[in-house]
Amino acid sequence: MPVPATLEFFIDPGRCIGCQACIQACTECDSHKGQSMIQLDYVDRAHSTQTVPVVCMHCDSPTCAEVCPADAIKRTEDGVVQTARKPRCIAYSNCVLACPFGVPKMQTRMNLMMKCDMCYDRTSVGLKPWCASVCPSQALAFGTREEMARLRPQATPVNTFQFGAQTIRTRVNMMVPREAAVEVVDVTAAMHEPTIGHAILDDVFAEDPDGGDL
Amino acid sequence: MIQKQRGGGDARALDSATTPPDGRPMAEQPKWRRDFPIDWAQDEYVSRRELVKFMVLTSAAFTAGQFWILFESVFRRPAAAAPGVAIATVDELPIGGAKTFTYPEGSTPRLLVRTGAASFVAYDQQCTHLLCPVVPAVELGRLHCPCHNGWFDLETGRPVAGPPQRPLPRVLLDVRGGSVFATGVEESTT
Repeated sequence: MPVPATLEFFIDPGRCIGCQACIQACTECDSHKGQSMIQLDYVDRAHSTQTVPVVCMHCDSPTCAEVCPADAIKRTEDGVVQTARKPRCIAYSNCVLACPFGVPKMQTRMNLMMKCDMCYDRTSVGLKPWCASVCPSQALAFGTREEMARLRPQATPVNTFQFGAQTIRTRVNMMVPREAAVEVVDVTAAMHEPTIGHAILDDVFAEDPDGGDL
Repeated sequence: MIQKQRGGGDARALDSATTPPDGRPMAEQPKWRRDFPIDWAQDEYVSRRELVKFMVLTSAAFTAGQFWILFESVFRRPAAAAPGVAIATVDELPIGGAKTFTYPEGSTPRLLVRTGAASFVAYDQQCTHLLCPVVPAVELGRLHCPCHNGWFDLETGRPVAGPPQRPLPRVLLDVRGGSVFATGVEESTT
């Protein structure tokens, strides 16, 4: 049974409090074999407690599946990109390297790539994924668009991401401020900006904004 | 595969086809992309007609095979006996002596063993286990395969010890006029 098209996943990193409940809950999913598939990224660990939960964005054109030499990654009709199929996965890790969001993880003990499948055993019967059901601040939320519009009047979902020349549309939405009125999250645009509180630039060829030698 | 699906397949599965990176429709994509679809439904797709066709053809092949076996067992004529070929003279071999020969011409090596004053036996020299050449152990009344310590009875060619399960093919002999003639090969699987 497919995941109902009306039910969507919404990520709002601004609401994340870093409690790691999603990570723990993820391991409970029947189809995850006790592995957690959520990463909690620290944005700027030395100066901020801000965290960002990373789950699979379930792209319309999944790069992980495009690069798989063993044809092991499949997308079901509801747009959910599934974990690599065990009989086919050869643990080649192309998907791990290729995914622009850094989602797939190679489980070397099982020689199997496992990734967030939106708790397919739950969402396909209309339940919320584990992470969204336990998230206390609803940084990870699962529901209808109308629900989100009612509950979060100041935010709007965006599901188009720009990585340089590559545009990626996803089934999972990122919540952005409504007043920003953006239609695309330009991921690579921020790579040349100095990180907050750092004197070190990510782009080593850029000029130091302070004018000194780096 | 996708073209086939369009005929009578699940239209919903087609509508949700994964977008190729260049955004062009699937019909304009290279063949490899259509052969290795990312969509689960297309990857798993076997139409009812294809399944029934496979089952019917496979069953038909099995049935035809059964009839072929029946035909072979009823109508097959025994192969025409090859003419006798002189392979050795009686005086050539001492009692207990052995020599190899080929019969018919171009066959695998056969082994001729003189077991008595007027008694000869001949077998294929290839062990029926893994085709190593067997060597005669006349004093034991056996043939020995040294590769895996297989033993055959010298009188009958049947396996008596070790890994071989099938007897050695026997070469039929005719001793007349001081010569040994090979007249046929008896293949046996039991």
